[in-house]
Amino acid sequence: MSGRVFVPGDAAAVAVGADAVAAALCAEAARLGRAVEIVRNGSRGAFALETLVEVETAEGRIGYGPVEAADVTGLVAAGLFDGGEHPKRLGRPEALPFFARQTRLTFARCGIIDPQSMADYRARGGGKGLERALSLGRAGVVDAIARSGLRGRGGAGFPAAIKWKTVADAGDGPKYVVANADEGDSGTFADRMLMEGDPFLLIEGMAIAGFAVGAAKGFVYIRSEYPHAVAAMRRAAETAAREGLIGPDAPHPFDLEIRVGAGAYVCGEETALLDSLEGRRGQVRPKPPLPAHKGLFGRPTVVNNVLTLAAAAHILADGAEAYAALGHGRSRGTMPIQLAGNITNGGLFEAPFGLTLGELVDDIGGGPFTGKPARAVQVGGPLGAYFPRSLFDTPFDYEAFAARDGLIGHGGVVVFDETVDMARQARFALEFCAIESCGKCTPCRLGAVRGVETIDAIRAGRERQANLTLLADLCETLKFGSLCALGGFTPYPVMSAVKHFPGDFDATPKTPAEEAS
Amino acid sequence: MAQIFQPFDPDRLVQIVSAHADLEGPLLPVLHAVQASFGFVPGEAVPIIAGALNLTRAEVHGVVSFYHDFRSEPAGAHVLRLCRAEACQAAGGDALAGHVERSLGVAIGGTTADGAVTLEAVYCLGLCASGPAAMLDGQPLARLDPDRLDAVIDGLAR
Ligand SMILES: Cc1cc2nc3c(=O)[nH]c(=O)nc-3n(C[C@H](O)[C@H](O)[C@H](O)COP(=O)(O)O)c2cc1C
Ligand code: SF4
Repeated sequence: MSGRVFVPGDAAAVAVGADAVAAALCAEAARLGRAVEIVRNGSRGAFALETLVEVETAEGRIGYGPVEAADVTGLVAAGLFDGGEHPKRLGRPEALPFFARQTRLTFARCGIIDPQSMADYRARGGGKGLERALSLGRAGVVDAIARSGLRGRGGAGFPAAIKWKTVADAGDGPKYVVANADEGDSGTFADRMLMEGDPFLLIEGMAIAGFAVGAAKGFVYIRSEYPHAVAAMRRAAETAAREGLIGPDAPHPFDLEIRVGAGAYVCGEETALLDSLEGRRGQVRPKPPLPAHKGLFGRPTVVNNVLTLAAAAHILADGAEAYAALGHGRSRGTMPIQLAGNITNGGLFEAPFGLTLGELVDDIGGGPFTGKPARAVQVGGPLGAYFPRSLFDTPFDYEAFAARDGLIGHGGVVVFDETVDMARQARFALEFCAIESCGKCTPCRLGAVRGVETIDAIRAGRERQANLTLLADLCETLKFGSLCALGGFTPYPVMSAVKHFPGDFDATPKTPAEEAS
Repeated sequence: MAQIFQPFDPDRLVQIVSAHADLEGPLLPVLHAVQASFGFVPGEAVPIIAGALNLTRAEVHGVVSFYHDFRSEPAGAHVLRLCRAEACQAAGGDALAGHVERSLGVAIGGTTADGAVTLEAVYCLGLCASGPAAMLDGQPLARLDPDRLDAVIDGLAR
């Protein structure tokens, strides 16, 4: 067979040499006169295995990894193109425990198909969600999303159906659907992977949202740090319009534009994002009015995270009840969890809500790659709390994390080993708030700078007790005097560090340079 | 590969602006295109953009200065953006940053004396399970350590 060979084009694979691996495979194939087609798929999301090369064989796809360009000659000599034996042969990727334990719904196709092939997309069920939506009618779509229990995956966990219904009921005239692909949280990459690995799913989800609320225009706002995702989405949007998934002649006429941010974390906040799209400084707007009433250019607008819109598409295709049957408590369905930082098996792990933090970090993630135990885990991005091991029994669920003064946010789990200095992490949280503040609220703009100075004083051992009190006061001011969660939630990482790791605020900890010497 | 930019040219600028004028909310796409052509957003460009888009100079200046991406001065021949966010900190990013600053002889935010490399901090590249990570002239780099990053920097045409 003229086998297809898969070499991920995902930015995280390219970052460890996937382009060179693809070039070496081409060269070897040419040298041997083998007809092989190299497909640049997305990543399956086990980043320790990248570059994960897969070949189509009679027994299914066989993976090899992690492959470096220098390995290619040896691999091909061992019969890689026919699935031959080699120390780097992994067998069928689906059978590896990291994948076998997942429930892949949003990421069902990612890493498997050619992301730019509409034929591949449709062959694996793509397009069925929109078809079903059209047959259900607008109200039927909102009802199905409501029954699925889908909550926004951007952080706040707001029920998607309520937002859609508000926009649907907001009268006639122009409306917009905006996909929030600003994904600024450190430790998160699910939006990026999906846009690079299965871009049509996001497009289909946006078309469904557009149909349900009566919007004919959509924007995807992608952060500029994601050039590969921008390129993938631009190509996919053109293809989708040509193939009639969207465009003026689609069953639901829908025009889609890809826009690029400009390096401002706060533009992930939905109203700052809308200002940015309008061509302004990305400053947070006071609410009300909600974007659902007065959003982009003053018109009713659905703003949803990439994963929310993608989930809407497969929920319609596969049924709301099947989705709602999964999950834990009021967190229904699956969550694409992202294991990051100092972790052995880092990557994308999609599973129903309810796994404990300890299962995710120690068991699935294999603990830190440094071989030392995990000491602290920051869940939910830079505004999320740091959890110690004693909270590892917390189930991954919006309410369970909130009950312990934490948040799951966009699903990022950043693992630190025992060398972490938590006073330094608390300081960074405040520094980040100061750097990224949009400037509207005084506590956020100035208080964060003051907080950095206060932690420096504590670390230097100056009036420790008084300064710890001052820090707590500053955090209270931030919490209650901020318009958005950038200022309002920065106290989570800061105060969780103080609460769970008080010893780190005692003596002057060493700088890495001192530790190295 | 070093990015090659053209010298500022008002006629080219006018072309860029008119190519985007029909967009809803054209300012960010215009500024990105300006920076892609000239390497930065020159001060002379601001009144021209403002005039063409029916905005005040203050509005355009306010936008250029708000976003971390837009430069008012040209950068070095190469731009190395090192991730300084939490996931990369957890994976050894602090030590790597210290190493790069020493080996380039420039602090984050600066450009080497020969103008070859501008070193910048970036807060997340979405490569958080393969840290520490960086981006060099738009190319992502991950699983970095001092030796690997030194090799990449040594390989740059100066
Ligand atoms: C500072 C800040 C940054 C945010 N960044 C993002 C982001 O990068 N992506 C995202 O989807 N939501 C982000 N949000 C949440 C959005 O404001 C909004 O709740 C979300 O886009 C709504 O979509 P969802 O209901 O599908 O989650 C951020 C919020 C704040 C306060
Ligand atoms: S809390 Fe900070 S980022 Fe949020 S609106 Fe206020 S100043 Fe802007």
